[in-house]
Amino acid sequence: MRHRVCLTVNGKAEEFDVEPRLLLCHLLRAYVGLTGTNIGCDTSQCGSCTVLMDGKAVKSCTVLAVQADGCEVTTIEGLAGADGLHPIQQSFWDNHGLQCGFCTPGMIMTAVEILDRSPGATDADVRHGLEGNICRCTGYENIVKSIVAAGARGN
Amino acid sequence: MFPSQFDYHRAASVAEAVELLSSLPDAKLVAGGHSLIPAMKLRAAQPAALVDIGRIPGLSDISSDGDSLVIGALATHTSVADAAAVRGGCPMLAETAAAIGDIQVRNRGTIGGSLAHADPGADYPAAMLALGAEVTAVGAGGERTIAASDFFVDILTTALADNEVITSVRVPCAAGGAYLKHRHPASSYAVVGVAACVGLDGGDVASCAIGINGVTGKAVLADAAAAALCGGPASADRIAAAAACVGDAFDEPLGDLYASGEFRAHLAGVYTKRALAVAAARAG
Amino acid sequence: MGRYVGTSVKRVEDPRFIQGKGRYVANIQFPDMVHVAIKRSPEAHARITRIDTSAAAAMDGVVAVFTGQDFKDGGCGSLPCGWLVPDTKVPDRPIVVTDRVCHVGDSVAVVAARTPYIAADAVEAIEVDYEPLPTVVDARGAMDEGAPLVHAEIDDNVSYHWALGDQEACEKAFAEADEVVEVELVNQRLIPTAMEPRAAAAQWDAASEEMTVWTTSQNPHPIRLLLSAFTLGIPESKLRVISPDVGGGFGSKIFHYPEEVIVPWVAREIGRPARWVATRTESQMTDSQGRDHVTVARLAMTSDGTFTGLDVETWANQGAYLSTFAPLIPTALYITLLSGNYKMPGVFGKVHGTLTNTVPVDAYRGAGRPEAAYLVERLVDLAATRLGRDPLELRRHNAIPKDDFPYQTPVAFLYDSGDYDRLMATAADNADYAGMRAAQAEARAEGELRGVGVVCCIEASGPAPSAVAGSLGSAVGFWESGEVRVHPTGQVSVFTGSHAHGQGHETTLAQVVADELGVPIESVEVVHGDTGRVNFGMGTYGSRSACVGGSALVRSAEKVRAKVLEIGAHLLEAAEEDVVYDRETGRVHVKGSPESGKDFGELAFAAYTAHNLPEGMEPGLNFVSFYDPANFTFPASSHICEVEVCPDTWEVRILRYVAVDDVGKVINPMIVEGQIQGGIVQGVGQALTEIGSYSDDGQLLSGSLLEYAVPRADLLPGIEVDRIETPSPHNPLGVKGAGEMGTIAATPAVANAVLDALAPLGVTHIELPLTPERIWRAVQAAGNGA
Repeated sequence: MRHRVCLTVNGKAEEFDVEPRLLLCHLLRAYVGLTGTNIGCDTSQCGSCTVLMDGKAVKSCTVLAVQADGCEVTTIEGLAGADGLHPIQQSFWDNHGLQCGFCTPGMIMTAVEILDRSPGATDADVRHGLEGNICRCTGYENIVKSIVAAGARGN
Repeated sequence: MFPSQFDYHRAASVAEAVELLSSLPDAKLVAGGHSLIPAMKLRAAQPAALVDIGRIPGLSDISSDGDSLVIGALATHTSVADAAAVRGGCPMLAETAAAIGDIQVRNRGTIGGSLAHADPGADYPAAMLALGAEVTAVGAGGERTIAASDFFVDILTTALADNEVITSVRVPCAAGGAYLKHRHPASSYAVVGVAACVGLDGGDVASCAIGINGVTGKAVLADAAAAALCGGPASADRIAAAAACVGDAFDEPLGDLYASGEFRAHLAGVYTKRALAVAAARAG
Repeated sequence: MGRYVGTSVKRVEDPRFIQGKGRYVANIQFPDMVHVAIKRSPEAHARITRIDTSAAAAMDGVVAVFTGQDFKDGGCGSLPCGWLVPDTKVPDRPIVVTDRVCHVGDSVAVVAARTPYIAADAVEAIEVDYEPLPTVVDARGAMDEGAPLVHAEIDDNVSYHWALGDQEACEKAFAEADEVVEVELVNQRLIPTAMEPRAAAAQWDAASEEMTVWTTSQNPHPIRLLLSAFTLGIPESKLRVISPDVGGGFGSKIFHYPEEVIVPWVAREIGRPARWVATRTESQMTDSQGRDHVTVARLAMTSDGTFTGLDVETWANQGAYLSTFAPLIPTALYITLLSGNYKMPGVFGKVHGTLTNTVPVDAYRGAGRPEAAYLVERLVDLAATRLGRDPLELRRHNAIPKDDFPYQTPVAFLYDSGDYDRLMATAADNADYAGMRAAQAEARAEGELRGVGVVCCIEASGPAPSAVAGSLGSAVGFWESGEVRVHPTGQVSVFTGSHAHGQGHETTLAQVVADELGVPIESVEVVHGDTGRVNFGMGTYGSRSACVGGSALVRSAEKVRAKVLEIGAHLLEAAEEDVVYDRETGRVHVKGSPESGKDFGELAFAAYTAHNLPEGMEPGLNFVSFYDPANFTFPASSHICEVEVCPDTWEVRILRYVAVDDVGKVINPMIVEGQIQGGIVQGVGQALTEIGSYSDDGQLLSGSLLEYAVPRADLLPGIEVDRIETPSPHNPLGVKGAGEMGTIAATPAVANAVLDALAPLGVTHIELPLTPERIWRAVQAAGNGA
């Protein structure tokens, strides 16, 4: 019934004993205690729970923990190195890219992939790239600005 | 939301997956899980067991022999959209893959999973029909290929047996193709998606196929519209006249809160016109 | 002013959010915590004939299962309504129903389990038999003869009737009118959809009999009051309510909800900490929803286009029960706004608050004011069409002149200040309105469907003088408390009764206090959202935090300054009138000799050592003020939207969105612009994508984010924001609310633009949201089908 899952979370290898139905987002929040990955919907629409799995942005509410076995997972808590903020985090702060902050971790993790794929992403590229993320506060204006600015600064 | 309990088995090979599917009651395959897991979270699906084929080696390869692409069932939408072989050999397929869901969904969702789920609002089915793709599946009785036109049977229903596993999809290369969709503003599914293929001979349309998803329970070929375009130039007038025939393809258009069946049928005509124009331009 | 107010100080709250360290209720965890899940009704109206919880209770990992009777027997009171207009009929709203459900999502039973997965299994295992009853879902249809009754004791489904305005002047205006335009329109139901689903957690200390409740609330103190006085019955002295970081509210987290009672009740009952976190599906069917008006209205005018009267009748859907402030929204926050920004003597409105088998309706961003603005601004456009006038020019013709302020409308409000003509002129300049119209003419000549929408809108923000609120039906006051506690080192803790859930108060209120005291902003910390730390407060809604909460802090800071000045004079051995408090530096010095003074820190220290204070002065440096606003404030806006409608898919594409707002003095321009931008996109959502829909049998058809279309990043190409400032004389900061103006203006701006685009096709009205199909059908109905 239960399965052993080995994950490297934010650079640290860990083992978990889980039910197969456990979702990755719940593993991160309840087992690892990384509550920066928020859950905003049930249907894979909002993107609040986005993390990087082997470097790719995924919605951790739609991944079973057992499917992530052996993967490297990066959450918002592990995005920056020891020395402060990741440039995208800094850009969100500089450009008022957040209000209530709930969608923010997912926005930032998605932005990592947007800029990975397209370092010089334009306003329109970023708006398109955020199709899987919902923000209810900002009207997206400053989120887009934050991501474009981070890209322009060489990420 | 929390899925109900199930047993989990990770298959190391296709043969093992078939074996597990055959022996376990009420088992379902999972690859990327982007159709199944959402349904399980809502408890709309409550399988007793999952057979995870996500790690079977070799199933995510994409190759081309110049005439056809062979796409492994585990190829993610992102890898299909990005593959040079697909972009060069069959731009419409890359376009279709890139139109699915969003970045995160495309990073996990697989072509095999999408086809097997056969959602009416999925994007791949129209392209598979228009391109004349073949699905290769392995079951207890061995391997077989299923033409796309035979594959989609009904809403969420395919020609696959319960213990069959899609291993790859063979897609003929086609320069003259285009996929356009009207995206649902909430779900991102195709309200209407039209995949058009046009082959030119001299100045005239020699071949044409139009696949449409979103309008009815399963994706359909709009044969009357395709036939109407053949045998003459791909002029705006002839494209418009052909697109006006798409309604013949729909028995019972589906409706939802956002778009009624009637409006979907209208949109199908509009997107057929647009897709044909792009496809013809690419063919030329 | 000082160093900080008026500048875009970066938000001090951001580091925790961008690093994933937000402190949301769903993050609270205790080792022996149980997870609460709730069995929801799938029926909109039904009698419960059987509930069998035995299978659920027997499941491994299930700690307890409770039904409505348990809560009733356990002393839980029904949820009260906090705003009662005369003769309001209030249906009973139990925490958990016992025998009858009244909307899909009504709570039927409660599970506490070891994990949320097990709790969900147990909820599924609870068996409930329903005997369906007839349903009604439509605001106006609820009053029809023979309509099914939502509550048998309310025999016409009417909770209240309410009217306001000068009916005589209104009738006279229509009798004498040269032209009258009429409209019937729907302000559709919206689902607020804050990104953080609601949640509650609780911990009971059996030894001290103290309860701590964490809840996703915009106003923890009123929740504590309601829990204590009505629903949970634990005395306020033993009850601490904490709203930590809250992930957006937009009104939907003002209200007292059943789960805020269920979770602490369960925690006490089983003696373990408990937590409930809504799924999105639960949020969609239980968070109070917004809007849902059906309105018939007409506007009277003279032949020169001068508005003379407005006559409005509205049916406001209140849902199955009265949510905490439900009757306020379509009455004192709606009818009162019907004068818009225009001088018209004869405004009269009446509203019928009806009950239906739908989720309760209450405040949602704008709350009554967007409903009024959409109505008024549609009527003005219809008038412009009738008169053959430019819609911007007609608005400027009717706008209240800037010299007429304060302006008394016929519907109770006394507008504080404004310059609507300058507002519109600025918007027209920024948009190049003449150029837009020329481009539109060219586009039309090419057969394109190009439209320009113009609006001028009013808001009433910063509710409200408590006595006025009381006279209108409020059960609570609307003042705010603000405490400025200067520590002996000169560090400052600021305690505000307002609550931030995205608005950035930790930054803006620190800006205010730092400037009032002349101290570095880094030395000011803002505390909010905890009844255990903040003495009292009314919370945040109605764009009130700067106007009312900020003003309370100004009052406290003034008291701090006065005492510091007195101590300074004493220590400098000068007469008080000979020293000054330098608000740039926080130093007290003798007039004309700034070098001979005392620092703020030194004086704070002196206040606490109390070794040498003026005769009779108490030690310490800590002041609390309770600020009751003199009046609302009245922000205004003029927005211009340019759209293109695709002539075959009928999709609307926004080409430009130009906003000019007047929210009075601005504390932090960056934050204000963010509020305006976010508000605009929510308003565009009402115009183009969002609708909470029910089938006739009360099923919620937009029950998840697969159906309910919240705007995405690509809905607009960008927003051009600008502002003018007419300071409000109603508060010491001169500020007006900034949180809702964008939403209020955006819906009519987009609607007017789309209908302008479609005018050549003969389309004059389409109900919102303006989806492609609705536009397609309207075009076909107008005889221009494509």
